[in-house]
Amino acid sequence: MTAATPPTNSGPDPLTPVLTRRWLSPRSWSIDTYEQLEGYEALRYALGKEPDRIIQLVKDSGLRGRGGAGFPTGMKWGFIPQGSTGPGAKPKYLVINADEGEPGTCKDIPTMMADPHSLVEGCIITSYAIRANFCAIYVRGEALHCIRRVRRAVEEAYAKGYLGKNILDSGFDLDIVVHAGAGAYICGEETALLDSLEGRRGQPRLKPPFPATAGLYASPTVVNNVETIASVPAIVSGGSDWFRAMGSEKSPGPKIYSVSGHVERPGQYEAPLGITLRRLLELAGGMKGGVPLKFWTPGGSSTPIFTAEHLDVPLDFEGAAAAGSMLGTTAVQVFNETVSVPWAVMKWTEFYKHESCGKCTPCREGTYWLVQILERMVHGQGTEGDVETMLDICDNILGRSFCALGDGATSPITSAIQYFRQEFMDLIAAQPAVAHPDQLAELSGATA
Amino acid sequence: MTLPGGNPERNSPTSVAPDEVVWEPVVAEPAIVAPIFDELTRQRTKEIIARYPQSRSALLPLLHLVQSVEGFVSQDGIRYCAEALELTTAEVSAVATFYTMYKRTPCGEHLVSVCTNTLCAALGGDDIYARLSAKLGVGHEETAGEPGAPGSITLEHAECLAACDLAPVLQVNYEYFDNQTVETAEALVDALQAGQKPHPTRGAPLTDFKTVEMELAGVFPDLARSVEGPSVADETLRGAQLAADRGWRAPAMPDSPPDLPALPEKK
Repeated sequence: MTAATPPTNSGPDPLTPVLTRRWLSPRSWSIDTYEQLEGYEALRYALGKEPDRIIQLVKDSGLRGRGGAGFPTGMKWGFIPQGSTGPGAKPKYLVINADEGEPGTCKDIPTMMADPHSLVEGCIITSYAIRANFCAIYVRGEALHCIRRVRRAVEEAYAKGYLGKNILDSGFDLDIVVHAGAGAYICGEETALLDSLEGRRGQPRLKPPFPATAGLYASPTVVNNVETIASVPAIVSGGSDWFRAMGSEKSPGPKIYSVSGHVERPGQYEAPLGITLRRLLELAGGMKGGVPLKFWTPGGSSTPIFTAEHLDVPLDFEGAAAAGSMLGTTAVQVFNETVSVPWAVMKWTEFYKHESCGKCTPCREGTYWLVQILERMVHGQGTEGDVETMLDICDNILGRSFCALGDGATSPITSAIQYFRQEFMDLIAAQPAVAHPDQLAELSGATA
Repeated sequence: MTLPGGNPERNSPTSVAPDEVVWEPVVAEPAIVAPIFDELTRQRTKEIIARYPQSRSALLPLLHLVQSVEGFVSQDGIRYCAEALELTTAEVSAVATFYTMYKRTPCGEHLVSVCTNTLCAALGGDDIYARLSAKLGVGHEETAGEPGAPGSITLEHAECLAACDLAPVLQVNYEYFDNQTVETAEALVDALQAGQKPHPTRGAPLTDFKTVEMELAGVFPDLARSVEGPSVADETLRGAQLAADRGWRAPAMPDSPPDLPALPEKK
């Protein structure tokens, strides 16, 4: 262990545990631990205050959605119509998107396992702010232990009077239901999630109307990610200036970076927004076995890949976009030189094909044909025209699909061709290469 | 010119009028009285429906409940949900066939899901799936052994299981077994077939597929106990631990929450 780093004037520490600050505590998921560590104090402070001022606080904090799109959270809350007549008179709902499944993304599941009460407290404050009396937490079905932890946290919160009727004598009522999904990546898309929560096939809806006006049961609804809502209690306790002391002007606050793949110490690293991969790799002990970096995703497989050229790109919303990708969910998947790019792209594309909901033609048919081409290529029968054909198919998917799944499916392909076109061409040039079983073995799965 | 009589397109002397078609009589589907859905299941069904502002929202949990009884979603199970929610069987089938977790054929005592998405695959997930598939002699969503019998295993390759920092991972009945190798996965399957229940890396003590499906329906027989169990791996805590070791922390919060901002004046 090294001595504590003295504070400097150059900004916050390299790691700033806020969401992860309780994770080291024993039984961190229990309400006893949570309350010992200032849990539910933000709720006590917020209840009884004017709800619009809480929305204003979140606007001032600059908090942006942590589910991938980065939409300003306070602005989203402000879109909910209020009032006793017209659209404002309808019941309002808060829905938590806990359907984590973007390849590489693994931040919400540890959050819900280790500290479910921060999510529950965030839900209560948010519901109070937007004046919702019913909240559903839609958890991915495969995340069974998270479902238990969140469900238990909700029960404990009811028992303590933080949920139910007349919460802490404030006159505010709230019920929370923990709802298990059933295995469909598309339900991470907010309108597909709402359809799924209504007991239908999880297929996206046409927007507008947006959920803020016609969401769950056609009523005004806020849909937010787990990490977003779990950030709310800290913002209430610390204030917007405190929150803005981390990160950048347009991307403030701390963020959980999930570092995975060929690094020495993969894991969850909570840092101010804007950290670089170079810094993250230092924290994670560098590349595994010293094998050089080949490519990486800044925020899941739907964000265009980066290479070793991009080690110093600031990983915030603006920085990632300026470098030609997206921040996404800060799911940093690191691949070393042993991994074949066409193979990796094939695996990702198989994923999108499996998860395409089938509603719109460009995505349904496009992903199907892209898989055919990539599998053929990786198995030794690529043709010279394949790269252009794939780019053409991608061009017909991007911007022409019903939702972002189709757009995301093109990201690994177009970015991989952008940076590694020669690798595709070399693979094709060596074909038909069924005479090279060694190459096939290499392609069928690199080892660490 | 004189046209020949009859219907020129059919080249037959007369056309068939609709009222001459004899339709098969409609046979009403038998009301579901499948005894497998007993009084307790019906009681749970009511409780699940009561949680939601609108009853149809209970469909996903009810399909999980059906699986907890039958080990898969049968046609009877679809009728049961349809009746409970006043939907048509077509509406329920449309939902049941959309989601990966609803199985349409009987499952084993255990469901083994191996992540073969890119990152897990690159670290060995493909090898693990191939070895288990060869060992069990089954492919994707197929069952080794008599479905439901002790030690029977349904194998599947899964999409990203959201545990990439612990890759390669697999799940048994949706409990995590992290940082697997071909050897550990094989030993795990051996143990399951022998009737043992190895403890997951993260999750509750292993039960079986039907029991966890009940939990997914929102019915927890013993939540106070199942909520325990390991949940945080070293990987989960790496950032928090590193920060603690180095003395790194977020900027200090004020002692008490600052005043909420005033609202901007309405224009």
